[in-house]
Amino acid sequence: MDIIYSVKRGNLIVKIYGEIDHHTSETIREKLDKEFKKQNVKNIIFDFSEIQFMDSSGIGVIMGRYKNAKERGGKIGVFNLQPQVERVFKLSGLHKIINQYNSLDEAISSLQ
Amino acid sequence: MQYQNTMKVSFISKSQNEAFARVAVAAFVSQLDPTVEEISDIKTAVSEAVTNAVIHGYENGEGIINVSCTLTNNIVDITIEDKGVGIEDIKKAREPLYTSKPELERSGMGFTVMETFMDEVEVESIPGKGTIVRMRKKLNSLK
Repeated sequence: MDIIYSVKRGNLIVKIYGEIDHHTSETIREKLDKEFKKQNVKNIIFDFSEIQFMDSSGIGVIMGRYKNAKERGGKIGVFNLQPQVERVFKLSGLHKIINQYNSLDEAISSLQ
Repeated sequence: MQYQNTMKVSFISKSQNEAFARVAVAAFVSQLDPTVEEISDIKTAVSEAVTNAVIHGYENGEGIINVSCTLTNNIVDITIEDKGVGIEDIKKAREPLYTSKPELERSGMGFTVMETFMDEVEVESIPGKGTIVRMRKKLNSLK
C-alpha cells in the first residue's frame, strides 16, 4: 500500500495504491493525518483510480478525514471511483456529504 | 445434474488475514465463472464478516476464524465463524450505522454491506461462545 501526496491550490491531493480494508485503513489514517497536519490546506481530494477494493472500513476513513477538513473549514472531494468502490460509497450514504468528480481539475475548481 | 464443491480455511484473527480470506473465497467461487460484479460483492461481504470477527469477536486478540464456502450449482453459501465474545443484541448490531466501538472510527455499516451484497445473511451468536455468520448468494449470471 502506497500513498502519493501533492498540494494544489490549497488542496491536499491523495492517491492511494492498493486496497482499503480494516488492516490497511489504520496505516492510511495515520499517514493522512500526519500529512494533513503538515500542510497548510483546507480540502482533501482523494484520487481513487488505483483503488480496486474498499469495504466499510474505508467509509470510516473518509468520514474521519471529513471531520478533520471541516475543522479547517474545508471539504472532501473524490474522483475516479472504480465500480466496487462506488457501490460501497453509495450504499453508505457517503455520496450525500462527499462530492464526487470526474477528474482532478473538476474537483479543484469545484472545491474553491 | 447437481454440481457441488466445498472448501474450508482456518486462520488466526490477524487483520492481515482479512485480505487473505476474501481472496481465498473469491478464488474458490471463480470456478463457477461469475461476473466481476458478483465476485466483488462476495469479496466485500466476506471482508466485512471477517473484520467483525477480528475486531469484535476477538477484540483484536488472538483466536481462530473458520471460513467455509459451498457451491451448489449457482448458489454460493459462505459461513464465517469465530469463538469470540459473541453478540449480545444481534438486532442492534445489524442496524445501519450502529457500532459498539465508536472510538475506532468504524462506520457501523458492516452488516448493511453484507445484506446489500448478498441475498441472505443469517447471524447466530451466543455471548461468550462465539458468532456464526451465514451468507448466501445466487449467481444470476449463471443459468
